Amino acid sequence: MSDAASETASSDPFELKASAITVPVMKLFDPDMDRITDLMTTKIEQAPDFFHNAPIVIDLSALKSGDATVDFALLVGLIRGMGMIPVGVQGGNELQNEAAEMLELAILSNSAGRPRPRPKARAAAAPGAAPEEHSLLVTRPVRSGQRLYARGGDLVVTAAVSSGAELFADGNIHVYGALRGRALAGVKGDTSARIFCRKLNAELVSIAGRYKVSDSISREHWGDAVQVYLIENRLVVEPI
Amino acid sequence: MARTIVITSGKGGVGKTTTSAAIAMGLAQRGNRTAVIDFDVGLRNLDLVMGCERRVVYDFVNVITGEATLNQALIRDKRCDDLYILPASQTRDKEALTQEGVGKVLDEMGKTFDYIVCDSPAGIEHGATMAMYFADDAIVVTNPEVSSVRDSDRMLGILASKSRRAENAEDPIREYLLLTRYSPERVERGEMLGVDDVQEILSLDLLGVIPESPDVLDASNKGAPIILNEQSDAGQAYTDVISRYLGDDVPHRFLDARKKGLFGRLFGG
Repeated sequence: MSDAASETASSDPFELKASAITVPVMKLFDPDMDRITDLMTTKIEQAPDFFHNAPIVIDLSALKSGDATVDFALLVGLIRGMGMIPVGVQGGNELQNEAAEMLELAILSNSAGRPRPRPKARAAAAPGAAPEEHSLLVTRPVRSGQRLYARGGDLVVTAAVSSGAELFADGNIHVYGALRGRALAGVKGDTSARIFCRKLNAELVSIAGRYKVSDSISREHWGDAVQVYLIENRLVVEPI
Repeated sequence: MARTIVITSGKGGVGKTTTSAAIAMGLAQRGNRTAVIDFDVGLRNLDLVMGCERRVVYDFVNVITGEATLNQALIRDKRCDDLYILPASQTRDKEALTQEGVGKVLDEMGKTFDYIVCDSPAGIEHGATMAMYFADDAIVVTNPEVSSVRDSDRMLGILASKSRRAENAEDPIREYLLLTRYSPERVERGEMLGVDDVQEILSLDLLGVIPESPDVLDASNKGAPIILNEQSDAGQAYTDVISRYLGDDVPHRFLDARKKGLFGRLFGG
């Protein structure tokens, strides 16, 4: 069938066909976020137009399984915050694929043909956590090992967030208790997102991929009610 | 309909089995028909702590696989007529505890018992998740130190998401904190977390504080649950725990370092 024929003869509004598109692949060798950030900044400075709104695939296959785990949310936030569009991930393990799915990345099958583990359907993260794509309100303590994601909105927790717990939001994160775990706001690259908490004891705070671990948070604000936001790519912690 | 209580912690060696034995005995002493089940397949200890190790014929796994009936496997306590023990298998694989099998046994027990106490193994693996899946109440046993507190917190997260109540969107499991091996002297010296610290981190109702006591080891060796020792601080603390669990308002004891008496002050330095 010729192209012209299919265009005119078919009454369908679209057709699906496989097509190969060249997409840059970011092959990770080292999960160290600081080094990744540095290198990316340099690369983008060299060719800002090339990277602007460019789709990119993250390849995890070169990472040794025993390696420290890639902080996926940070990485994706960083890429999005730098103006690129991460579209998929390949070569990851089950855990990484699960994290990727949560951040709405496609899981691409490996070129090596390794069977791609199907990520399990995401279980409800916590009681009361509704799956709709809006703000998420959580009234019970968020325990170590629990992960919550407010897709498309703010995450509000009216209790404490334990160390070892992870909060993700496309928008802002509010914690009306002690924040002892990790909080990542603006994971889709929204640099205007903020984190608010009644008591800052966080292991990590991040906005659009820029992050501070507890060691690098000023002791001055430790345990205070604070907000965290970005000014010109710098993370600011300020008492409120 | 029985109320199912899981005694859990995440971390090992914090006093789950001691607590299971004491709580089961305490509930039974007050006239409740009570069964205590050892979920630690392959590492069973509850029979020793309950002093019935020489009367084990069939075990929990035998009942699940249909090799024995529940009545054949349940061991009646010699000190208290209302208390029964269902020991764990020492030889089987813990995968033998299937969710369906455990559910069936608990359902059957629910018809005749008032309380079913589930002694969870350490860790967050299969045995531990089976022990908590059907629970109505959870008593989280915690030592006043950071790693135990964190593990308890992790366990609370699992309780909130992977239990039958959570999956059926019923009322959540009622969670209680039980601090064990508490030493007020060491808290005063700053070597241990205090009650308030632990409670702040876990934000949980405090069911009781069991003081560190040599009587506990003694009780395990003798196979007599510590709650039977009315002279012991730890035994009395467990008696208070039972009262609180059953709804009485009992003040917490043994929270402060003991004041030294005249002799202590004169000779104790």
